Amino acid sequence: MSQSKVQIKNLYKIFGKTPKKVLAQVKAGMGKPELLEQTGHVLGIQNVSLDIPEKRIQVVMGLSGSGKSTLIRHINRLIEPTDGQILIDGEDVLSMSDKQLREVRRKKTSMVFQKFGLLPHRKVAENVGYGLEVQGVSDSEIAKRAQHWIDRVGLTGYENHYPGQLSGGMQQRVGLARALATDAEILLMDEAFSALDPLIRYDMQSILLELQDELHKTIIFITHDLDEALRLGDKIAILRDGALIQEGTAPQIVLTPADDYIADFTKDINRGKVIRLKALAAAGSPYDGAMIDGSTVLADALLPLSQAPDQRLGVTDANGAYLGAVTLTQAIAALQG
Amino acid sequence: MEFFEEFPSLGRKTLSGMKQAVDETFKGFSRAYGEQLENFFDPLLRFLIWFEKLLEATPWPIILLVVGGLAWIGSRSWKITAGSVLAFVVIGVLDMWEDTMATLAIISVATLLCIAIGIPIGILMSRSDRMQAIITPILDVMQTIPSFVYLIPVVMLLGIGKVPGLIAVCIYAIPPIVRLTNLGIRLVDKDVLEAADAFGTTPWQKLWGVQVPLALPNIFAGINQTIMMALSMVVIASMIGVKGLGVPVLRAISNQYLALGLMNGLAIVALAIIFDRVSQTYGKRLQAYRQGGK
Repeated sequence: MSQSKVQIKNLYKIFGKTPKKVLAQVKAGMGKPELLEQTGHVLGIQNVSLDIPEKRIQVVMGLSGSGKSTLIRHINRLIEPTDGQILIDGEDVLSMSDKQLREVRRKKTSMVFQKFGLLPHRKVAENVGYGLEVQGVSDSEIAKRAQHWIDRVGLTGYENHYPGQLSGGMQQRVGLARALATDAEILLMDEAFSALDPLIRYDMQSILLELQDELHKTIIFITHDLDEALRLGDKIAILRDGALIQEGTAPQIVLTPADDYIADFTKDINRGKVIRLKALAAAGSPYDGAMIDGSTVLADALLPLSQAPDQRLGVTDANGAYLGAVTLTQAIAALQG
Repeated sequence: MEFFEEFPSLGRKTLSGMKQAVDETFKGFSRAYGEQLENFFDPLLRFLIWFEKLLEATPWPIILLVVGGLAWIGSRSWKITAGSVLAFVVIGVLDMWEDTMATLAIISVATLLCIAIGIPIGILMSRSDRMQAIITPILDVMQTIPSFVYLIPVVMLLGIGKVPGLIAVCIYAIPPIVRLTNLGIRLVDKDVLEAADAFGTTPWQKLWGVQVPLALPNIFAGINQTIMMALSMVVIASMIGVKGLGVPVLRAISNQYLALGLMNGLAIVALAIIFDRVSQTYGKRLQAYRQGGK
C-alpha cells in the first residue's frame, strides 16, 4: 500500500463542560452511555487511529451519531480534539498556529459539505473561485480556473446563476468544483452526496470516480450508505459510538465482518458486485486451464465458471501472475455468505 | 402603624442634598468640558449647516428631480417614484417646502451618523456574547427613557441648537440599527460559516465577505427603523432649536391651530412613508438571490 497522507493517532473527542477531566475515565474504559449518565459528557471520538493512504479514497462509514462527521472535522481542525494527534504529510496539525492552520486549509485540504455550504449571495462562478479569492489569487486567474472546474463538473452555462436557482445535485457540483479549484491534495467529503436523491447520487459518485482516475487526490469520504462506501472506497473504516470497529478493503469488510454489527450492515448488499475473485483464489495446486482476471466481481464470473470444463478457473492478478484456482461451488457459497 | 402607611423614604433633606450634589457635579463637568465638547462636534455642525443650506438653496425643480431619481434607484417602481414626487409637490403647494428641507437635512445627517456609529457597534456586539450582554441593556434604556430626560444633560452640556438636537435624535434612533446588525450577523447560516472556515478565511475576510453581506437584509431593516424613529423625534428636537417641520407643529400645540398641526404632521408622515417604501423595496432587491430571481 502507498504512503500515509493523513495519520490520525489515538484521537479522543469528548463534548461537555470539562472534557479534559473525564478523559482519564474514558481512557480507563468507560463507555458512551455510562459517561453520559455519570458525568453528562458525550463521547464523540474514542481512541481512533487511522492511516489514510495517499491518492486513494478512504471511506469512513457509520450510522448517524457514530462520530464520523466529527472525525472528518478534526483533520482540518474545524473541531479541536480532546486528546490525540493528527498528522498531514507528517506535520502535526494540532500544534499549528492560526496562521499555519489557515495555510493548511487553503493549500492542502478542501472540503465538500452535506448541506453544500455555498455562499447564497454569490453566483456560481464566484462560489467556485471562493477558495482562490481567499488566498489572494488575481481576478483573471480566478476566473480562468473557476471556469475550468465549472466545465469539468458539467455546469457550463450556469456561471451567473445563484445557488438558490439550482437543484440540489447541481449545487453539490458547485461544492465539488469549489473544493477542486484550490488544487488541494486532500479532499474532505462530509456526507457529500447524502442529501441527494439516489439517481443523482449515483451520477455524482460516477463524476467523482471519473475525476479521481485522473486527479489522484487523497479523498476522505464520509457516508452512512454502505453501497456508496463499497462503490467508492479503496479502503473503508467503520465507526460505531465514536470507536473504529473495522478497517479494510470492501471485500474484506463483506467477507470477514469483524462483528455482528457489521455483519448486519453487510447482509443486504449485493455481494456479487462487491466480492472479487482474487479474494477467493485459494493458493495451492497449480491449474493449467483457462485463466480469469482476479478483479472480476463474482456476478460477472459465474457464467465463465459454469462454462469452464470442470467448472474451475485459474485466477491471475493485475500483472497476469497466477494466484490460485476458484470453483463454481466456492463462488456460489461466497455469494450466499 | 405609621411605618406601614407611608414608605420609609430617605427624607427630603438627604434627597435634595443628593440631587444637588449630582447637579453640581454635572454643572462643573459641563463648565469644564462644555467648550471642548462643542469644538468636538463642530465639524458635525458645519456639515449639517452646509447640507441644510444646500437643500434650501437648490431650486425646487432640481430637488423634485433628485427625489424622483433616488426613489427610482431605490425602488425601481413607477408607483413609488410618482408617489414621492407628488408628495413633495403637495408639500410645496401648501408652503411647507423650507421646513421640509430643514427636516430632510437633519434626518439625513442623523441617519448617516447612526449608520456610521451603529453598524460597527452592532458588529462588535455580534462577535462577543459579553459585549452583547453589556450593550443590550444600554440600548433598552436609550429606547425607553423619555426623551425629555436625556434632553436635560444634552442641553446643559451643549446648549440649545442643531447639534444637541441631532444628538437627541441619534440617541433615540440608533438602537434598531445596532440591534439588527447584531441579529443579522448572528443569524448567518452556521454551515456557510463552517465552509468559509474550511477554505482558510481570516476572520476579517469572513466578516466582510460572508457575514455582513448575508446580514444586509437585516441591516437594511435596521436602517429603515432608524429613519422612522428619527422622523418621530422631529417635534421634540424642535423644542431645543432644530429647524424644520417640528417648529410649526409645536406652535400649533401651544396656540391650538388644528389645521397647521395637521398639515405639518402629515408632511412628516409623507416623508416617513417615502423613506420607508424606498428603503424597503431596496432592501428586498438586495436579497433577490433568496427568491431565486436574478
